This record gives sequence, structure tokens and C-alpha cells, in this order.
Amino acid sequence: MNQPAPAITSSTAMIGTLALVATLCGILIVSAYQGTLPAITANKRLALERAVFEVIPGAASVAEYYASAQGIRPVDEGPAPEGAVKFYAAYDAQGAFLGVAAEAAAKGYADVVRILYAYDPVRQAVTGFGVVGMRETPGIGDKIVTDPQFLKNFEALDVRLDAEMKALANAVKVVKHGTKTRAWEIDAISGATVTCKAVGRGINDSAGRLLPMLVPHLDKLNIQS
Amino acid sequence: MALPGKAPPSTLDEFLEGLWRQNPVFVMVLGMCPALAVTVSAVNALAMGLATAFVLVSSALLVSLIRKMVPKEVRIATYIVIIATFVTVVDYLIAAISLELYEALGAFIQLIVVNCLILGRAEAHASKHPPLPAVTNALGMGLGFAIGLFALGSVREIFGAGKLFGVSLFGPDFQPWVVMVLPPGGFFVLGAWLLLFSWWRSRKVTRSPLPVGEG
Repeated sequence: MNQPAPAITSSTAMIGTLALVATLCGILIVSAYQGTLPAITANKRLALERAVFEVIPGAASVAEYYASAQGIRPVDEGPAPEGAVKFYAAYDAQGAFLGVAAEAAAKGYADVVRILYAYDPVRQAVTGFGVVGMRETPGIGDKIVTDPQFLKNFEALDVRLDAEMKALANAVKVVKHGTKTRAWEIDAISGATVTCKAVGRGINDSAGRLLPMLVPHLDKLNIQS
Repeated sequence: MALPGKAPPSTLDEFLEGLWRQNPVFVMVLGMCPALAVTVSAVNALAMGLATAFVLVSSALLVSLIRKMVPKEVRIATYIVIIATFVTVVDYLIAAISLELYEALGAFIQLIVVNCLILGRAEAHASKHPPLPAVTNALGMGLGFAIGLFALGSVREIFGAGKLFGVSLFGPDFQPWVVMVLPPGGFFVLGAWLLLFSWWRSRKVTRSPLPVGEG
């Protein structure tokens, strides 16, 4: 019975060590966060501008807006209203309003395909898109950004609203390669249909939500805030 | 993961252990998840390797510094917190350096936290050695891992895209060998490298009268 008891670490020592290490790590994480925040914000801004400039040629500045049932307002005026959709208004070097870009996403072949598309209010059409993020098969799914025939779909993809301005007049539809007959149809790339459909569905869903809230207030974007 | 203990190794030995004799990728075959998943290009592979090396070295230093005050009952929890901290730091750093790279590496930056190489080094080495050998060993292992990933990434980029560091090597007529940048390509290239290394090591063993190293 008189065996030497194994050295027992006191609970205080264990809790104390963990607390100390956690405090130290907390300080490290917060300093890293604070230290890199300006650079990360600047990077995000730059990436956004680059993406918007790519889909809206001639754009020189971008303003972020929310569109909701109450109308539209700049993002930096407070938290997003309920059901708001974010979009970007692009202006040229003279400050003239060029068009709107918005994000769309839909499930592709490998993962969600996230794109940024340009909306031209004058032609009421989607006039281009760029990929924000995708993991589609290289050489197959990524043809959506290189295939000239597919990109031709987005010279003026019709997304006009119906008479009540509540929904798209015609849903954007992806059709089999070579069977596009109408302005709101997208001619798929054969072999990469799933990815093409993701692009079409993404635009249809996003434009269907954003445009009814945005189009009645488009005049507000003509003056750069 | 613990290595056979012999006489205390010199600083150079500590460094070379991970870099060559116990290379994490080619000899110990650790950290295969990032090694196969993000090595589609040389830049991604190198960035991932260096990020892991950073976490490895920083956590080894901290674990070694506090090794005498950490009760063994809570050591794993302590190491995990330390490793997770440095992974968070490296996560912010990469996003600050390049958002493009950050997107390309995706979740695999955060997954460095579960790279068994790092916890393995903390437990088997850093917690038992003073800071200098711990950091030297971790640096060797980290660089060894980065070199391993780079070896995979460069070969896959050359064959799969005809480029190295984004620079086209074979001109416009090159037909990319797409499978190389797909997951099976990762296994092919890893297999080829492992084969090369085994052959090299067995050749050395048969040549020298004394057995060298242990896999």
C-alpha cells in the first residue's frame, strides 16, 4: 500500500498552461489579423476592380451597391438590408455610368462555378462574364472562358424584364450546341454542357433576383456618389 | 513517426535529416493530402511547401521553448493550439501577399493544421530538444517538404500545361497532357518520384558496406 504515488500534475498547472498558451496564441492571431487587414482589404478591392474592368471594358472605377425591395443604396451606408443583392456599378474615367456587374453562382461539374457578369442597362442584356472561381476539369470545363463560340453568346444575352418588371421576360436557357435560335438562349459547348448550364443557370437566377429590384432605380446610378 | 534514437546528431545532421535522409515526401511519405492536391503548378506547390515550413519552424520553436512547463497530460492540446495559431497567421499572410494564390490553395492552407508532419515533429522532436536543434530540424523538414512539393508541382506543370512558373516552355504547338494536372497525374508523378528515390537509396545501400539511413 505504501507504493510511491505517481507524480500527479495539479489541475491548476494544466489549466494554467492551457490558459497561458491560449492567451499567447490569441495575441499572435489578433496581431496577425490586424497587421494584414489593410493589405488584404486592398487586395480584395483590387481583385474586384480587376474582375469588373474585365467584364465592362472602359470602366475606370467601381462602386458597390445593395439592391433590395426598398431600392438601391451604396454598400458603405450600413449593413445589408434583408434579401439584398450586391452589385457593382462601373463608371468610365469621366465618371459616366457604363453598366452593372453582379455575381452569379451555380453548381457545375466539380464544384460551384462562380462568375461575374456584366449587365448593360441600355440593351437590357448580359454583355460578358468572367470566372470568379471554379474547379472544373482543366481542358474541358474551363473552355467556358476560352471558347470563342461560347463567348459569342454573351455579346448581348437578352435578360429584359417582363411588363410588370417582376421577373425576366424570358428565362435564360442553355441549349444544345448549334440549336440557339433566340437572344436569351445560350449555345452550350459540346462536351462541357454541365459547366455551360451552370453559367446559364447562375445568370438566370442572379439576374432574375437582381434586375427586378435594380432596373426601376437605374437612374440613381447615373450620378457617381 | 518517431525516428530511431542514436547518438545526439550534429546541427548539420538535424538539418539534413528532413532535407534528404528522412524527406517528408519521398521517404516518410507524410502530408500526402496537400502533396497531391495543390501541386498542379510549381508556384502553388512552392507556396504550399513554404507555408508548411513556416508553420513547422514557428511551432517547433514555440513548442521547444515551453517544453519544460507543459504538463504531459495537456501537451497534445497545447501543440494543436500552437499549430492552429501559426496556420491562421500563415493564412492571413498568404491572403495579404496574393489573393490569387490564396484562392488557388483554397482550403489546403487551413488544412496545414492537420498535416501529420507538423504535429509529428512537435511531439517527436521539438518537445524533447532545445530551441536550436528543434528549429534546425524543423527547417530541414520544412524545406524538404517544400522541395518534395516543388518536385511534384514542376513536373506536373511542365507536362500538364507545358509551362514552368507560368512561362511557356514548348511554344504554342504543345498539346498539354491534361491528366497530369488532374488528380491521377498527382499519383503518377508521386509514384515516379518515389520509384526514383527508392532506386537511388537501394543503389547507395548496395554500394556502401554499411547500411545508410532507414526508411
